[in-house]
Amino acid sequence: MFNNSGIAFKLSLSILSTTAIIFIIILGYNYQISRKLILNNVRENSKNLAFNAVNRIETILKSFEKIPENLAYFLKYSDYTKSELTNLIRTVVENNSEIFGSTIAFEPYAFDKNSEYFAPYFYKDNGDIKFTYLGGDTYRYFHWDWYQIPKELDKPQWSEPYYDEGGGNIIMSTYSVPFYKNIEGKKKFMGIVTADISLDWLEKIVSSIEISKTGYGFLISKNGTFVTHPDSDLIMNETLFSLAEAREDQELREIGRRMISRESDFVPLNGIISNKKFLMFFAPLSTSGWSVGVLFPQDELMSDITRLNRNVFLIGIAGLLILLILIILISGSITKPLRILVGATNAIAGGNLDVELPMSKSNDEVGKLTNSFLYMEQSLKKYIKELTETTAAKERIESELNVAREIQMSILPKTFPPFPDRNEFEIFAAIEPAKEVGGDFYDFFFTDKEHLFFCIGDVSGKGVPAALFMAVTKTLIKAKTTSDISPDEVLTRVNKELCIDNETAMFVTIFCGILNTRTGGVSYSNGGHNPPYLFSKNNGIKVLDGSRGMALGILDEASYTTGSVTLNAGDGIFLYTDGVTEAMDIHAKMYTDENLHLFLEKQKAINPEETILKTLIELKNFSSGTAQADDITIMSIKYLS
Amino acid sequence: MTRIVWFSFILICSQAFFISVTAQKSNLKKVTFIPQWSPQAQFAGYYVAYEKGIYEKYGIDLNIIRGGPDSPSTDYLKNGKSDIATMFLSTAITEKAKGVDLINIAQIVQRSALMLVTKKSNMINDPKDMDGKKVSLWGPEFQLQARALFKKYDVNPKIIPQTHSINLFLRDGVDVASAMWYNEYHTIINHGVNPDELTTFFFHDYNLNFPEDGIYIVKENLGKDPTLSCAFVKASIEGWEYAFDHPDEAIDIVIKYMREANIPANRVHQKWMLERMEDLIIPDGEKTRIGELNVVDFNRVTTELYHAGLIEETLKLGDFSMNCN
Repeated sequence: MFNNSGIAFKLSLSILSTTAIIFIIILGYNYQISRKLILNNVRENSKNLAFNAVNRIETILKSFEKIPENLAYFLKYSDYTKSELTNLIRTVVENNSEIFGSTIAFEPYAFDKNSEYFAPYFYKDNGDIKFTYLGGDTYRYFHWDWYQIPKELDKPQWSEPYYDEGGGNIIMSTYSVPFYKNIEGKKKFMGIVTADISLDWLEKIVSSIEISKTGYGFLISKNGTFVTHPDSDLIMNETLFSLAEAREDQELREIGRRMISRESDFVPLNGIISNKKFLMFFAPLSTSGWSVGVLFPQDELMSDITRLNRNVFLIGIAGLLILLILIILISGSITKPLRILVGATNAIAGGNLDVELPMSKSNDEVGKLTNSFLYMEQSLKKYIKELTETTAAKERIESELNVAREIQMSILPKTFPPFPDRNEFEIFAAIEPAKEVGGDFYDFFFTDKEHLFFCIGDVSGKGVPAALFMAVTKTLIKAKTTSDISPDEVLTRVNKELCIDNETAMFVTIFCGILNTRTGGVSYSNGGHNPPYLFSKNNGIKVLDGSRGMALGILDEASYTTGSVTLNAGDGIFLYTDGVTEAMDIHAKMYTDENLHLFLEKQKAINPEETILKTLIELKNFSSGTAQADDITIMSIKYLS
Repeated sequence: MTRIVWFSFILICSQAFFISVTAQKSNLKKVTFIPQWSPQAQFAGYYVAYEKGIYEKYGIDLNIIRGGPDSPSTDYLKNGKSDIATMFLSTAITEKAKGVDLINIAQIVQRSALMLVTKKSNMINDPKDMDGKKVSLWGPEFQLQARALFKKYDVNPKIIPQTHSINLFLRDGVDVASAMWYNEYHTIINHGVNPDELTTFFFHDYNLNFPEDGIYIVKENLGKDPTLSCAFVKASIEGWEYAFDHPDEAIDIVIKYMREANIPANRVHQKWMLERMEDLIIPDGEKTRIGELNVVDFNRVTTELYHAGLIEETLKLGDFSMNCN
């Protein structure tokens, strides 16, 4: 993906991403740890705040409870008249601002044997104290919660919040204390003393408790009903459980159950009315059985952590930006000479060896690289200069060799048919020169009107010496061959000449013969050469037998013999050099005598030109383009009549 | 606490209401109606029919008087302060036996919602376990089924009068309490007790099904105008059907009336109540039978009342009800 990007980019990317990862890990760790620390602090603080709130409410409620409790105590041990009783209640309501109303409600016929109901009730109404008797056919107070529950449970009780119609038209809760008389040593239940508390007033007390900036507290009753809450619609109308049901929030229901079971804990909470996130601490009030919930808005509690992390984050981002700039600058300065070098080497690759390389000022890797390039450039220059000279010399030699070769080839007879006026025989020859100058040759000429001399030869070695030796040999053969001479004599004479001052120890193999064009008789002699094939119309193909003498140019005493054979009309001879049998294919495998034999056997008859050309095609196919090390030379004669 | 002022308050309110609406409804027939209790979803059908103009559609200019513990619908019907009232079947039969010439023109609630409920921790798993336990019961007409049950199982619990709240039960002042399925049962749940912590005894499960809310008129009053009476029944049933089809709207209407009456109004509670009312009014899902008084149910209630000594002779369905269908 970044293969085409520069080093500066790769460097910046890898360093920056690594740094960013480290930064994120540190930030995350920092967040976790600081959150834990601050949360612990918050928990402690909230707990203290909540306990303070609980204590304040508790103190207020306790002092409130004392009043009816004292009344009940008084009623147990004192005798009283109707007016004393009503005055007592009036005084209580008058003197205690937190008491909204109060009554002493008696059991049926307990105060007055003629009256089922007796409950004088004083209550506040717009600053006045009003009075009424409770009880009647439409208000059988014995069956109301404020009376019945403490009676049945035999202990003081706070009532659920309720709306007092007709009186103060306020939401209130009543604290009811049962009172007794000792009659004949038995404790007898006489009735209930009550004190009403205005929940508005209680809400003011609760909300006056400072709980962080936007936190608030609320009270719920034993049933989970809201007793106080900043949202007055909830008071008396809703319980924590009805809210939980409306919001389908099972967790809230569980918290509610724990609150009314008098547990205390610190729990996260989605606001009781809004969806804001809160942490809530809840604890029971020991007096009323109610429970206090104190809500701390999470964002406020977490503002310290949020601020800390925001700052760390901003510092981190700034650091990363500075790092980015530094990396770009440094990597730019490192790669600048490299970029110049790239341009220079491109120019060098394009052939411009005179391009100027930047001077290295430093001795670092880039400096060393520049020096290496400088050295390379100079070496290349020198090498190319030398190469130019060598190539020129080589070209000169090669052109000289080519000339030598052309001269060599030109001395071989090339015109076919060479004797258009003679129809007793056909003769054809071909030479495929190897890449290097070789020493193959052939020749034929008439020694007199009837006798055709022909020869094929192969000089040992390669190159100019071989070419020269071949030229000498060919010339010698022509010079030594006179009419009436036998082939062995030709070879003997030529050998003697070649051996004189042959210090290079070169030699040549020659096969030569003389065809009597009148009779078809052939006399021949072999100087170390591959014996030719004889095509006989009657007897097929066979190797021309005869003793194979020594190659010429080695020993001046060497002697040669002459063999003879008679060609009938249509018979012929096939002569060749070892370039044929030693032709190589691509695997450096030789063509071999056997293959040649097999190939020639397949030819039905000998027709010099056709047979030679076919043989050359066969060799071409065999070598499939492989350059040959040796000349390939073939000559063929066919006797006609 | 001072509920005695209630009565005059009601009168003033209803009077003002009455005057304000009469002017524009001159061609409609004036009818007054009182439900047997304070506004709540138990009467959603009537309030919805009123608010949606269904009564007017049936030619009725209705005045709904606010019911409540201090305004017994029976009294309002007897002394002519209301033309139409709802009441329990058992109450109506008792009153009829006493000589009040009541006519049932529709039996709205088919299944008894009355039940007994106890906390599992009290280890009361069967009516037999209630022997000697404190059981709180409402007034006489609510006690019939319970007393029949105690008799059936031969138990003798200690009866504590139960009034307006369930708090005595919640604070373990009694072992077993009476509850209406649509009301107190849900109140208990919404006061932090889980359903799996409660054992329930539905009377209809003990072959003691007493159909409850029915619509009544008095013979010498609206009994003279059966067309108008039946128009009221049809409009009310249409109101109920509308309420069941549009529960949210119905609850909005009910809550509006509750707030006017300064009654704790709790939306989820009213929703529960309306859903249960549908179960009670159409217990088998057959809408065509809404309002029909079943003869078996009627005979069961009269028999139990007779056995309890609350009536001196049994009644015949034909003398008691008028079928508007």
